[in-house]
Amino acid sequence: VNLDLSDEQAAVDALFRSFFHRECPPATVRAAEGLGFDPGLWARLRDTGAPAIAIPETSGGGGGGLFDATLLTEAAGAHLAPVPIVEHVVAARLLCAVGATAALAQALDAGRPVSLALRPAEDTAVLVPAGAVAASVIVRSADHLVLCHGEPPMVAAPNGAGLPVADRCLDPSTVLGDASTLPAYEHAVAEWRLLMAAALIGVAEAALAIGVDYVRERHQFGVPIGSFQAIQHGLAELPGQISGARLLAPRGAWRGDQGDEPGFCRDASMAFVFATELARTVTSRVVHYQGGYGVMQEYDAQLYYRRARGWPAQLGDPDGEVDQLADLLYGPARPR
Amino acid sequence: MDFTVDPATRAFEHSVAELLAGYLTPGLRRRVHDTGTHHDWPLHRAIAAQGWLAAALPVDLGGQGRGPDQLAALFRQLELHAAPYDGVANAMMLGFILGHLGTAWQRQAVLGPILAGDAIPCLGYSEPGAGSDVAAAATSAVRDGEGWVISGQKMFTSLAEEASWAFVLTRTNTEVPKHRGLTFFLVPMDAEGVSVTPVRTLSGKRTNITFYDGVRVDDRWRVGEVDGGWQVMLVALSFERGVAGGVSDIAGLYNDTVGYLMDAANAGGPSLLDVPSVRARLARVAIDKEVADLLGARAAWAAAAGMPRQEGAEAKLFGTEAYGRAASQLLDVLGPLGLLTADSAAAPAGGAIEHASRYAPILTVAGGTSEIQKNLIAERTLGLPRGR
Repeated sequence: VNLDLSDEQAAVDALFRSFFHRECPPATVRAAEGLGFDPGLWARLRDTGAPAIAIPETSGGGGGGLFDATLLTEAAGAHLAPVPIVEHVVAARLLCAVGATAALAQALDAGRPVSLALRPAEDTAVLVPAGAVAASVIVRSADHLVLCHGEPPMVAAPNGAGLPVADRCLDPSTVLGDASTLPAYEHAVAEWRLLMAAALIGVAEAALAIGVDYVRERHQFGVPIGSFQAIQHGLAELPGQISGARLLAPRGAWRGDQGDEPGFCRDASMAFVFATELARTVTSRVVHYQGGYGVMQEYDAQLYYRRARGWPAQLGDPDGEVDQLADLLYGPARPR
Repeated sequence: MDFTVDPATRAFEHSVAELLAGYLTPGLRRRVHDTGTHHDWPLHRAIAAQGWLAAALPVDLGGQGRGPDQLAALFRQLELHAAPYDGVANAMMLGFILGHLGTAWQRQAVLGPILAGDAIPCLGYSEPGAGSDVAAAATSAVRDGEGWVISGQKMFTSLAEEASWAFVLTRTNTEVPKHRGLTFFLVPMDAEGVSVTPVRTLSGKRTNITFYDGVRVDDRWRVGEVDGGWQVMLVALSFERGVAGGVSDIAGLYNDTVGYLMDAANAGGPSLLDVPSVRARLARVAIDKEVADLLGARAAWAAAAGMPRQEGAEAKLFGTEAYGRAASQLLDVLGPLGLLTADSAAAPAGGAIEHASRYAPILTVAGGTSEIQKNLIAERTLGLPRGR
């Protein structure tokens, strides 16, 4: 057991973190609120090779695995990066898994990200993650997978989380694979859960740091409000939960990279539910402890608050995710 | 990161599980339930015979030199099996302290019988006026010629009814700051002036109040330096670090519950495992169980790597709070059957779930309350100003 990053992993992690720290200050996040996408940031990220890190070298990628991808999405999450990195990584890996060589090569070369719809669709896929900006979108339709080629609208459905979500029409599209590719699609959705969990962990840790800085600086009654036990205790519950999430998601990635499919699916599902609730809790408390300032748009806490809610909502009701986890743990419920 | 469990640790944990399974009979559980004493001599001696009471002691001090990960594995199995292990914990704790700080005579007279599994100590830290603020202990030890006279009262001296000695934190100096005027003594339970009053707690578990009425002890019973009690306490904490108690209780409770529901489902007929709200609650407990387990592993790993910070506090806080949530949720799942105690043959999981709902409140208190853990985390992890 080694519960710390290896030297190599730590180097990758530091690289991603320094990239987003440098390239994605809050001003970049704010400027991209309308579309939820910063093409310049995406181009610079592509130049680092990061979006292809979890694709085999033989397919033109970086040769890393899911584990590296969690480091990437956690760093992106911590800076609220307006790039659909979770969707792109997952969709590219799915193209690779179903042997869509040409589509994969195009995805890696093209200047625009690829994505996938998280729910099956027939004519129109509704509120597709990154649907506003993705060059192509993988959709599960009936008993096969299709790749939608239509031009991205480059206009997001107005939403509170600054997300580039949009509906995508399935026409024109090409068939990617028959029913035999559906397990690969389900696996990809589980990867989305895992990488989104990592992104939400990034949201939680960055929001907590903002909150801690604030309560150390803000004085009331002649002392920093961070000296009040009521506030200390609300914050002190959080580091352990963040640490727990930062073990659960990496273990899922590690299991996925090891080929332990049931273990990977369980951890991905657990990490998604846990990180969703964690990010919500952390951002609620941080906004609250900033008092009236917490709800001012000029302050950054609200940026985190909105994304903590919006990002995971792209998949659906968290309670539905819990039901899905129960199926993994106890088998499907028998009709009563 | 690498989540592969070290084969030696896996093998060790397996051998612990195997031994426990052999001893934890319905008869033993019945006895624990009836007496409230969380100790069983045959089980205790069997663990001692494996040398596990000295698991944490370095080899050159006569121990097995097992690292924090194996120590954590031992306690994980004890908690998973809901074994009555208070005597084991006390013996290991005092064994660790005497192994490091004991005199030659103390090692022969006390450590020997403890490691052999022939005798256990009880721990006399808390007092009516000194709980979380343990350094406020007021039980006095006053020099009297070659020896000392000890007077005072200790709360929550669990296992005093079975122990040979109480390990008592006393005040030897009132002229210095409170942490610097403390001294530890071993007090033989058969010494004149020692008396034990039993106290039954919410879960049925027995603890005690122990009274020390002018108890005379020779200086050879002193552990550590005079006024050096806090240093002894730090040695005790270094044993506990990485083995945050209460982290695996939630896994034991979850396994008991799922096992009961699975058995009921396999018996045919309608099953709670098919009820959506039940499944959802179980799945949420399963998540908390995994997180608690990982945080416990992290605390042990950090201690093994020699860089422990607040991992133990974070694991203890999360694990014990999660246990409380789980106990409440799982009791609800059972409906009216949740009323039944272990005394009823119809009690689900032998009454384990009903018992958990009464056991939960002590977990978030014993070994440092949740509030004390939060104070530590606020100050040391988050760097917030010291508050009260």
